[in-house]
Amino acid sequence: MKQNPVITTNALAIGYLLKGGRRKVVHEGLDLQLRAGEVTCLLGLNGAGKSTLLRTLCGFQPPLQGEIYLSGKALDSYSRASFAMTLGVVLTEKTNAGGLTVYELVSLGRHPYTGFWGRLREADRQIIEDSMEAVGITHKASQFVSELSDGERQKAMIAKVLAQQCPVILLDEPTAFLDVTSRIETMALLHRLAVEQQKAILLSTHDLDLAIQMADCLWLLAKDKPMVAGSPEDLILQGAFTSFFDRGMIHFDSLTGKLNLVQKNQPVLVRGESNLVYWLGNALKRNGFDPMENDHADIEITAQTSSRMLLHQVGREPQTFTSVASLMEYLKDMSSFIHN
Amino acid sequence: MKNRIALLPLLSVCLVLLFGLSLVYGAVSIPLREVIDILCGKGSSSPAWEYIVWQARLPQVVTALFAGASLAVSGLLLQTLFRNPLAGPSILGISDGANLGVAAVLLYWGGSISQVSDFPITGYVAVILAALLGAFAILGIIIYFSSKVKNNVMLLIIGIMIGYMASSLISILNYYAAADRVHAFVMWGLGNFSAVSMEQLPFFSIVSVTGLLLSVLLIKPLNALLLGEMYAANLGVKVKQARMQILFCTGLLTAIVTAFCGPISFIGLAVPHIARLLLGTSNHKLLVPATILAGSCVALLCNLLMVVPGSNTILPLNAVTPMLGAPVIIYVIINRKNIQYFN
Repeated sequence: MKQNPVITTNALAIGYLLKGGRRKVVHEGLDLQLRAGEVTCLLGLNGAGKSTLLRTLCGFQPPLQGEIYLSGKALDSYSRASFAMTLGVVLTEKTNAGGLTVYELVSLGRHPYTGFWGRLREADRQIIEDSMEAVGITHKASQFVSELSDGERQKAMIAKVLAQQCPVILLDEPTAFLDVTSRIETMALLHRLAVEQQKAILLSTHDLDLAIQMADCLWLLAKDKPMVAGSPEDLILQGAFTSFFDRGMIHFDSLTGKLNLVQKNQPVLVRGESNLVYWLGNALKRNGFDPMENDHADIEITAQTSSRMLLHQVGREPQTFTSVASLMEYLKDMSSFIHN
Repeated sequence: MKNRIALLPLLSVCLVLLFGLSLVYGAVSIPLREVIDILCGKGSSSPAWEYIVWQARLPQVVTALFAGASLAVSGLLLQTLFRNPLAGPSILGISDGANLGVAAVLLYWGGSISQVSDFPITGYVAVILAALLGAFAILGIIIYFSSKVKNNVMLLIIGIMIGYMASSLISILNYYAAADRVHAFVMWGLGNFSAVSMEQLPFFSIVSVTGLLLSVLLIKPLNALLLGEMYAANLGVKVKQARMQILFCTGLLTAIVTAFCGPISFIGLAVPHIARLLLGTSNHKLLVPATILAGSCVALLCNLLMVVPGSNTILPLNAVTPMLGAPVIIYVIINRKNIQYFN
């Protein structure tokens, strides 16, 4: 059973008002639906209008045309305070919060709920504790934000947005400056929050792999094309990615969900255990060969173990290699010899 | 957290001590007993001493107290608003604006802050109004540019440039003014806490306290603004309104102090850093009161250092403040990697 969408847009046009009343339309005709309990990733190349769309949905800039409904109410009918309780953001904007403790930072999320002096009541404190607990940063509560790693800082910002208790959370490239493990951690955290707390989460990202792996829904945005939305798997199988990302030498491989460099390559047949075949394929692709598993080729590799690989070539004795690196070195030398 | 709050009473004790010391210690030496007697209303053996304590020292010390707090708070507000630790009323050209206003009155129309000259009652009122006008004019220009220029360092440089332009106008006014007026303006420009008479003191204090109270009312939006204007807006802060309130408060505080005490450098820039370094926090709930107290303490300390021991001369205030302020700023810049509020 699908949830009712928390954000819907109707023929939305986004962009900027220029001087003299002229308009620069970045994208138009957007009919979006953001659902609760799901992580939605907004993908697109630079200049496709990801940031403009996010800013428009956050209320930072007005739409040029069309309507945005947030929890069934028109976005512009919200008061500042009730909007702050409905939609929370995590941005890439540089903050000056280094001199606050994590607790103080997260407590800023209670801002829309507290009175004139910002005094925290017992209920507020409980919510702050719970928010820190949910992202796993409780042990850092009394440390300064400046002492955190990038990943921890992002967690603290997510805790802030949780303390804001909004049903909708929008994040602008939350994984951009993080290392690999923090990226996966952050995405897993967001997914867990979407499911456990029934939040509607929308984030923009350049991380194609991670988006395909973790998102329930993808929004593909490209210049001069209608936006495409759907589950990653549906989009891949329908070939939507191919038309969005294929450009020049770049090709979207719908089998692996990866972007590849397209080259005219010499085919190499690889046989062996699947793990060995996969990684040999990885090395072969990088070095300009085209790995295949069940065809005929002039070059064949039989991988017996990771330290014993046999190379068969037409009209030559089989050769044994003890590592992928030495095998690749030999193949590269050989192909440069042939090409020259 | 607990020992950080403990600094507030500590600063208060410092303030009381400095306040008392400033009443007792001055260019004219008066025995402690006598000062206490005079302040308790018991009178003194010397009418001159009584006059000095009531009409010179007391207003001067109270002026220093409020002027220091006012300048320090304007610095703090500007640093938070522009998210730049090197912002301050003198750097952003706001003091120069007030300067220009004062210069126009003092040099061109011959008004005066202390003595009554061409237009008796309106003398110092005209100076104050001109200072306010000048400060807000520059603030207006800065606000205009702050919507055009997103980079805070660039904005700071624009502020410095506008300050130069104001200074150049002041030079022109100086060039054409009569010698005695130039002298009066130069003396005013050296800065001092002694120009506020006992009669003017209530007015000065009320305006200053109003500005300080206003800054206390802004604590909640100031904290949200630490995250930047977009985050603050998402937390429900009316950013435009908050920005105007902060700038109005800054302009009011800077203008009133500049009008009466001259353009005092470095207190606005350095004291917020002293407060943050002492407290180790950017949370304005502690920082605003700490900055008020520290500003008063630093101003009183400067007021004491102005007295040259063993002689009855007084150094200009602006000869003392950079000696205290500049090393703080250099320390902060050199150690910025280790100071949390920078990161």
